[in-house]
Amino acid sequence: MDLNTIGFFVFGAIAVLASLGVIGQRNPMHSVMLLIVSFGALAGLYILLDAPFSAVTQIIIYAGAIMVLFLFVVMLLNAHTEADALPQVIGPRGMQIGAVLSVLLAGEVVWGLSRLGLTWFGNDPATIANISSVSRIGIAIFTTHAFAFEVTSILILVSMVGAVVIARREH
Amino acid sequence: MPAFINPTILAHLVLIFVVMNLLVLSSAFMVWMERKVCAYIQDRVGPNRVGYEGALQPFADVLKLLFKEELRPKAADAFLFAIAPILSTVAALTAFSVVPFGTETTLFGLLSEPLRLEVTDVNVAVLVIFAITSMGVYGIVLAGWSSNSKYSLLGGLRSSAQMISYELSYGLSLAAVVMLAGSLSLREIVMNQSGYWFHVIPKWYIFLQPIGFFIYLTAGVAETNRAPFDFPEAEQELVAGYHTEYSSMSFGLFFLAEYVNMVTVSAVATSLFLGGWLGPLLPDWLGWVWFMIKVLAILFFYVWMRWTLPRYRYDQLMEFGWKWLLPAAVLNLIATAALVIWLG
Amino acid sequence: MVSLNHYLVLSGILFSIGTAGVFLRRNLITILLSIEIMLNAVNLTFVAVGRYLGTVDGQIITFFVMTVAAAEAAVGLALVIALFRHRETLSPDAFTLLKW
Repeated sequence: MDLNTIGFFVFGAIAVLASLGVIGQRNPMHSVMLLIVSFGALAGLYILLDAPFSAVTQIIIYAGAIMVLFLFVVMLLNAHTEADALPQVIGPRGMQIGAVLSVLLAGEVVWGLSRLGLTWFGNDPATIANISSVSRIGIAIFTTHAFAFEVTSILILVSMVGAVVIARREH
Repeated sequence: MPAFINPTILAHLVLIFVVMNLLVLSSAFMVWMERKVCAYIQDRVGPNRVGYEGALQPFADVLKLLFKEELRPKAADAFLFAIAPILSTVAALTAFSVVPFGTETTLFGLLSEPLRLEVTDVNVAVLVIFAITSMGVYGIVLAGWSSNSKYSLLGGLRSSAQMISYELSYGLSLAAVVMLAGSLSLREIVMNQSGYWFHVIPKWYIFLQPIGFFIYLTAGVAETNRAPFDFPEAEQELVAGYHTEYSSMSFGLFFLAEYVNMVTVSAVATSLFLGGWLGPLLPDWLGWVWFMIKVLAILFFYVWMRWTLPRYRYDQLMEFGWKWLLPAAVLNLIATAALVIWLG
Repeated sequence: MVSLNHYLVLSGILFSIGTAGVFLRRNLITILLSIEIMLNAVNLTFVAVGRYLGTVDGQIITFFVMTVAAAEAAVGLALVIALFRHRETLSPDAFTLLKW
């Protein structure tokens, strides 16, 4: 029972419970806060996987920026007073089928993975230092994946302009 | 003896205890310093009844706050209302955990291996500080929203919009220093600033990055919602902004969080720009004294600014952040990159 | 001891929770939140397999997925705001007809 195992089960349980809370809560404000908890748990899992850079960027980008955006929209639209409408198009029977299908998806993934043998992580310190070093990630992003990096920046620009145009009030 | 009572782990636990207590005590000290400095700037004396020169005044204030009734508006969202000050405080206290304030010490030979004077040091320390600072926004947003009152909501929204706007300039000024130092670990950044040019001028990054220092401090002041960027808390404008509905220790926790955030910004500024615990006369193991002196200097500057400069209007504040500070930070980054490439 | 399979199982469970959220919730914002859960599950898979293979490519893809998720959240929320202005409701069932 070393730290890795305990950490995995604790963070994994927090992530699963928080995600269940996100889809179960009536009030969207509480859903947003529970999702932030889930992101925090995932950041913990990334640290256990020797990826501190991913963990910190997860907190900065997801929990620090995207969730603030969600929070502002929920407050702006006063969405916390909205109760979920009853399903009209698919009806309650459709909802039950949806729930069953999701459980089946989870079950299928678990069954499929249990058919393979357990795949253990390597513990070579040189490899671990290679993975967790931020300079390595920086070099790879700016040399091997430079094209994807530039395209992503254009994507962000497009989405910024698009969001401003779409949400603008008609005059 | 059981394995976990070995001296090193005990020393670490004691260090964590000492650091957290010192942070809370520094917040109390800041209350006193602010009131005294404000008084002398305004040509009066300030608290001088409780203790020598009013030094026990913060403790009297805390006792008074503890005895007040804890109110909660009926229409407020109870859970979020309760958790908002806790979020602010936890974020403020955690951000200090990667700041180093001294060299390794063996406590005069009591420990078998040297103990580094910091709570922890990760190799992405600068990013950790940035991440936890951005989590501090939530305390304010939730406080503003869950109080279910107009003043709180407006104050909370304005305050959080201000914080996320100035986070960009904050991050870019950090990035410029990281480029100079070649590492994200605060301890290594401080160690890169050791040594002297011409035996007189210390190799601090403030001499290489004066604009960066200015941008960092300005963004830091805006992040901690202090004057002249404290429009969301201004008494004359919004009653008390996001903490209007809070009383007793919840209010006390918001204040604690604000002062601890100030201390963290000052401590990070010291480590990044002013050479951390390095200083001329004292021996190595007394480096933390220099660290405290530098942090106190920046905190004094904070207080001085608050009581001397008039407040920015909110639209002026946002315009300054986006139209002036952000382009300046980007230009600073580009110039630093050019400098680093040119000088090898 | 924790193996790669543990992480993949956890990621699969999180992904199906996200899918369930998209199917079952009748609130546009919660649907967007469930999409974020799914993206996170995928990120976890990438980082775990990257750790197993000993390369940084897993983390790099995660970096790009996070950026794309940010862009998508921004546009999605702008759409939600625009839709809300027309129908004053956040239920996706109100937007089933092509004409306003």
